[in-house]
Amino acid sequence: MNVKPWLTALCLLLAGCDGPTPGPNSFAGLGQQASAFQQVTPGHELQFPRDHGAHDGFRIEWWYVTANLQDAQGRQWGAQWTLFRSALRPGAESADWNSPNLWMGHAALTGPGGHQSSEVLARGGIGQAGVEAQPFRAWIDDWSLQGGNGIGQLQMKATGRDFRFDLHLVSERPLVLHGAKGYSEKSGKGQASYYYSQPFYQVSGEVERDGQRVAVTGQAWLDREWSSQPLAAGQSGWDWFSLHLDSGAKVMLFQVREAHGDAYKAGTWVSADGKTQALQGAQIELQVLASSKQANGKTVPTRWRVRLPEQGVDIQVEALYKQAWMNTRFPYWEGPVRVEGGSGQGRGYLEMTGY
Amino acid sequence: MASLLITLQALLSHWRRHRLQCFSIFTGLWLATALWTGVQALNSQARSDYARASGVLSGASQTQLVPRQGEHLAQTLYVQLRTRGVQVTPVLEGRLQLSGSATQAVRLIGIEPLSLPAKMAVAGVQAQAFELSAFIDSPGQSWIGPDTLRQLNLQPGERARTRDGQLMPPLVLQEELAPGVIVVDIGHAQALLGAPGQLSRLLLEKEPPALPADIAAQLMLQTGGDDGDLQRLTDSFHLNLTALGLLAFVVGLFIAHAAIGLALEQRRGLIRTLRACGVSLRVLLTGLALELGVFALLGGLAGVVSGYLLASLLLPDFAASVRGLYGAQIAGQLSLSPQWWLAGVGVSLLGALLAGVSSVLRAARLPLLVLAQPQAWRLAQGPWLRRQALVALLLGLVALGCWEWGNNLTSAFVLLAALLLAAALLLPALLELALAGLARLCRRPLPQWFVADSRQQLPALSLALMALLLALAASVGVGSMTEGFRRTFTGWLDQRLSADLYLTPRDTAQAVQISDWLACQPEATAVLPNWRVEWRLQQWPTQVQGIIDHPYYSNHWPLLEKSAGAWEQLAQGRGIMLSEQLARRLQLGLGDALQLPEPSAQTMPVVGIYADYGNPKGHLLISADWLRQHWPQATLSNLGLTVASAHLPALKRALGQQFNLDDSRMVEQTTLKRWSAAVFERTFAATAALNSLTLGIAGVALFISLLSLGQSRLGQLAPLWALGVERRRLIWLTLGQTLMLSSFTVLLAIPLGLLLAWCLVAVVNVQAFGWRLPLYVLPGQLLQLAVLGVLTSFLASAWPLWQLARRQPSDLLRQFANER
Repeated sequence: MNVKPWLTALCLLLAGCDGPTPGPNSFAGLGQQASAFQQVTPGHELQFPRDHGAHDGFRIEWWYVTANLQDAQGRQWGAQWTLFRSALRPGAESADWNSPNLWMGHAALTGPGGHQSSEVLARGGIGQAGVEAQPFRAWIDDWSLQGGNGIGQLQMKATGRDFRFDLHLVSERPLVLHGAKGYSEKSGKGQASYYYSQPFYQVSGEVERDGQRVAVTGQAWLDREWSSQPLAAGQSGWDWFSLHLDSGAKVMLFQVREAHGDAYKAGTWVSADGKTQALQGAQIELQVLASSKQANGKTVPTRWRVRLPEQGVDIQVEALYKQAWMNTRFPYWEGPVRVEGGSGQGRGYLEMTGY
Repeated sequence: MASLLITLQALLSHWRRHRLQCFSIFTGLWLATALWTGVQALNSQARSDYARASGVLSGASQTQLVPRQGEHLAQTLYVQLRTRGVQVTPVLEGRLQLSGSATQAVRLIGIEPLSLPAKMAVAGVQAQAFELSAFIDSPGQSWIGPDTLRQLNLQPGERARTRDGQLMPPLVLQEELAPGVIVVDIGHAQALLGAPGQLSRLLLEKEPPALPADIAAQLMLQTGGDDGDLQRLTDSFHLNLTALGLLAFVVGLFIAHAAIGLALEQRRGLIRTLRACGVSLRVLLTGLALELGVFALLGGLAGVVSGYLLASLLLPDFAASVRGLYGAQIAGQLSLSPQWWLAGVGVSLLGALLAGVSSVLRAARLPLLVLAQPQAWRLAQGPWLRRQALVALLLGLVALGCWEWGNNLTSAFVLLAALLLAAALLLPALLELALAGLARLCRRPLPQWFVADSRQQLPALSLALMALLLALAASVGVGSMTEGFRRTFTGWLDQRLSADLYLTPRDTAQAVQISDWLACQPEATAVLPNWRVEWRLQQWPTQVQGIIDHPYYSNHWPLLEKSAGAWEQLAQGRGIMLSEQLARRLQLGLGDALQLPEPSAQTMPVVGIYADYGNPKGHLLISADWLRQHWPQATLSNLGLTVASAHLPALKRALGQQFNLDDSRMVEQTTLKRWSAAVFERTFAATAALNSLTLGIAGVALFISLLSLGQSRLGQLAPLWALGVERRRLIWLTLGQTLMLSSFTVLLAIPLGLLLAWCLVAVVNVQAFGWRLPLYVLPGQLLQLAVLGVLTSFLASAWPLWQLARRQPSDLLRQFANER
């Protein structure tokens, strides 16, 4: 996943949709203030469980879970649980409204009959939202991602207007650090974030839609990322894939599309035995095969061809439900996908912004 | 089309010769529109300000959670509710003293933009459209309305300083924000109000599912917040103003109606000629209607402009009234919508239609060949007078019905309107009757002519006299009510405010300390703590005052009604006393039991009823011990104490030093009384102004009627002159006629005014405010108004008479040559 569009999203959130030009103390004075925030540097060693918690001093951060689920009738579901932290200014968390942190939660349930999403916002400091590293707990209002010692077991809950999910996530497998030991570059110009994942969760629990509860099982993927740096101008959006292949391998891929020129691509290959390999742009081929029109009139690619020649992967990735638009303050497409092709089957999630 | 043009030219040529009539019609419509729109401007400004005040947070259903105890709730409750999935948004509200050239208090509202429901707007700014970081981060923003900004004499971007020296976030102008309100982020509000971790209430988007028990123990659900109260409380006040405006409108229409009627009478010949020349009735009526429309448009435009000016002039008094009576803030400048201007012109058109439709219809039915004969006209008035009297009788019945069965303010005003209209319609018949009686007494020719000619003038003057009657009666009525209220109020205030010093401590804890301290001071002969809590009784906000057992109350608290041993029962917690208006609203009398609200769900008998003038809320007295036991959230908001005047300054000094109380927290009886009296005066200032304007308009009506009549009077006066009556004598006779008619009217206006006063104090006040006042007949005031009425008619006839005096004998002679 990429930092820039999320920063854009939070800028929008902070500045208001049609507010006048903010003053020098506001968030739009981003460039000057950026240096006051902590910087992402290569060679920094991530430490757990500390790094599961919030990183005061960095401008932006998120906890991002996507789950591919299946009910007893074999129907496919997708659940998304996301918590974003954004700091108005550098500085430590305080215990009152004066906190620099704003929190934003997104949750979505995709399944037979459609896609439902919900968004909540909260101020930091007063206990309405936050993340604690040990024991692990991330929450906003009554949405929560609760662990124990570490994040090996998580209870994930969210309630939207007409949907709800309550899922149990378990994984004994080690975390996956992207890029160089968690230092993940986002462009060819040095912008980067700290980025790690837990892609091996086994899931059980229930989803509820319009009052109907359905028991589900499946797989989930947790993404953790934090950074302070805005990215270069001219990047129009990005496409991000997290795929669980039936072989047991996991793939994370993203491309940041440039308004002019080639997209910046990167990824991580996690083989079934847990070995990870960072993928460079030249090792990844992404091709749009088909697009579909969303209810709001936007057209987004919902069928892709993905080739990783070195891994012998040549697959088609297709949205399970083509309508998965997130009608949030910063709108984007995010939904479960099916993986098909001669080289393997699988499930996963696709996220697309900037369309 | 050509015939219409020619007809119009012919019709309009009349006005060239009768500029005064033209002026009268214009004036009538102009004044009617001006007063009506002026009053409407005040009312609509006030209503929009109330709406803005209650709509600072709009879009929320009126559902909120408020603390069961005290003024504040802990912020942790908000977090607990949110983390249990209850969608609430916190609000902290308080009064903030600002320092500056003039010390000002504003209502500070702290909001939290992130948790605002999507549908909710703050001062018209949608939840999604907030400049979030600018609003919540340091230094933040202080939203302020244009009016408050002007009052504080500050510019957007400046930072106001509070009285205790804190710097507020920079001011940001929000056009839609209500006057007297500043909106800041909740974090800034907690700092400014010195209430860290505290909230006032939690707003809900919709009614929540049942609250968890631990939270329900601390918070209670309130539907229909205080906000709508302001609208309801002030309704009666605005209805009163509207009634006055309507009265002025009607009086203005009388003028227009009289002038239009006269113009038609004078143009009968012209109309006949036009018809004889072949102008069709349709074209003629179109012409007349167009003429009327032009008058209405011009009068309406002038009226709306002057109405606006009038409203701007009255606005400061009006705002002071509303603030004094209801504590409501109204902007110091009018901002009116285009609809208001259009409505003003519309009202003028409607008025012209009302005033002119009968004339136009008469023109339509005008027999072509009948000559206009004043005497014949008078004779035709006979059946007309009888019909008027019949209508008056019917209206009288309506008034009686309203008095007997009416039970709300509207019926009270229908009663007033029916009464006034009946009296007005009856006036010509009564005058005719009086003159007929007088005629029988007259034996000599000149007196006989005097009376007969007065009767002949009556139809033309009757409308103006009706206007005078209405205006005078309204003056008498409103005057007696106001004066009666003043006397009752000051007498009541003298009794009620008899403690020597009133203290308003900072909070209950300090109040208890002060109370304990005072108990040890021998100078303080009585210490009277007032425990307070607010209830809603049948949706009516009610101030509950817990008082201790002290002989002071039985000596100084005047009761309208009481049962035996009332004060003892109250002191023992076995009875309550209600204010008059609360008792009326709850329909309770002595001995009836009142069901007290939760949690002390028990009943208590009413043992006394007292007057509580000027309080828009209900008021209830109860034993302080009982209240503190059952309502632990009751606060000790103020203390009264009696102290010998010699010791007062020393005690005040000691209190000031001991408890750091400044003069704003220690008020002496005399100051409080002066302040109350000032509020009273300002409250009725706008009413008094409107009242005298109405009287002025009646004077104008009379003046214009006499003026237009004066021109046609030559025909009647010329024969007398020819018979040898001197011009000087003729003038005296004419003056005598006018004064006689107006004196009759004044005489009739006095009983009517008293009846009106009775209706106001015994019916309208009871319905509007809930209190009944004794009726005072004030001979001095009546005499003053009678003289004023006669003087008005004297002045009104002066100019026509002066013109008459300047008439050349040749003018008089010419009457015979021109006799139709």
